[in-house]
Amino acid sequence: MSKVKARVKVPKQAAIDEVIEIKTLISHPMHSGRGIDGDGNIVPRNIINKFQASFNGTPFFTMDLKPSVSSNPFLIFPFKVTEAGKFDFVWTEDGGQQYTASKKINIA
Amino acid sequence: MILQKMKTISRRQAMSLLGAASVTIAMPSSVFASAQTVSGRIADITSGAEMRDIDIYLDMPDIAENGNQVKVAFEIDSPMTPEDHITTVYILADGNPEPDVARFDFTPAMGVCSATTRMRLSKTQNVMVLAALNDGSFAKAETTVKVTIGGCGG
Repeated sequence: MSKVKARVKVPKQAAIDEVIEIKTLISHPMHSGRGIDGDGNIVPRNIINKFQASFNGTPFFTMDLKPSVSSNPFLIFPFKVTEAGKFDFVWTEDGGQQYTASKKINIA
Repeated sequence: MILQKMKTISRRQAMSLLGAASVTIAMPSSVFASAQTVSGRIADITSGAEMRDIDIYLDMPDIAENGNQVKVAFEIDSPMTPEDHITTVYILADGNPEPDVARFDFTPAMGVCSATTRMRLSKTQNVMVLAALNDGSFAKAETTVKVTIGGCGG
């Protein structure tokens, strides 16, 4: 399988109480278990089934993904900045394999 | 999506294939979720709780040319304070093999209740956004998306 790569876009700095937009994208085929390969065999299900975002160690947003989510799951969500710190993002694949990314933010 | 190679077939083979195809056409109701299963899913989630009238803004195309990548964005009018916020948002589709598309868990730390992602739609169908509030009530919004090319791995 091709290498799974997670990408995240977070502003480098923000004002206190500013609501920022976080964009994430992970390259993943999201095999729904219904697709057929070149030989006519069913491709077994293999999807990212969970995404979690944390700030300074506290989870603040979770998404549960089903096979109906498109390949290369793309996600935009907000966060209200109250202090400088570090974001951690974790994607979990069927079978428990995890992919992570992290970003820092400063106060303007 | 990987397409199978076409090969030339005889008339006899073609007729038998047509016969097989009509059998598959006759039974799609068991394969796809229906409006009933989606309303059942909503009943499961809400278990008869109060439905509130809250502004839910949906940003979805009226016509999706490619069912594999359909943008779905929502913003829900909520102060997102610890006393009054949206806890969970479900996206449901009544024409996909299973009604659940995604579930989002929000917290007041986010300040705003919104999200954008992309989903697969196998055919023209209704897409629903169901939001759960921290006081136990719910709100929902619904839209129909016309799909030109279905996105179901077929």
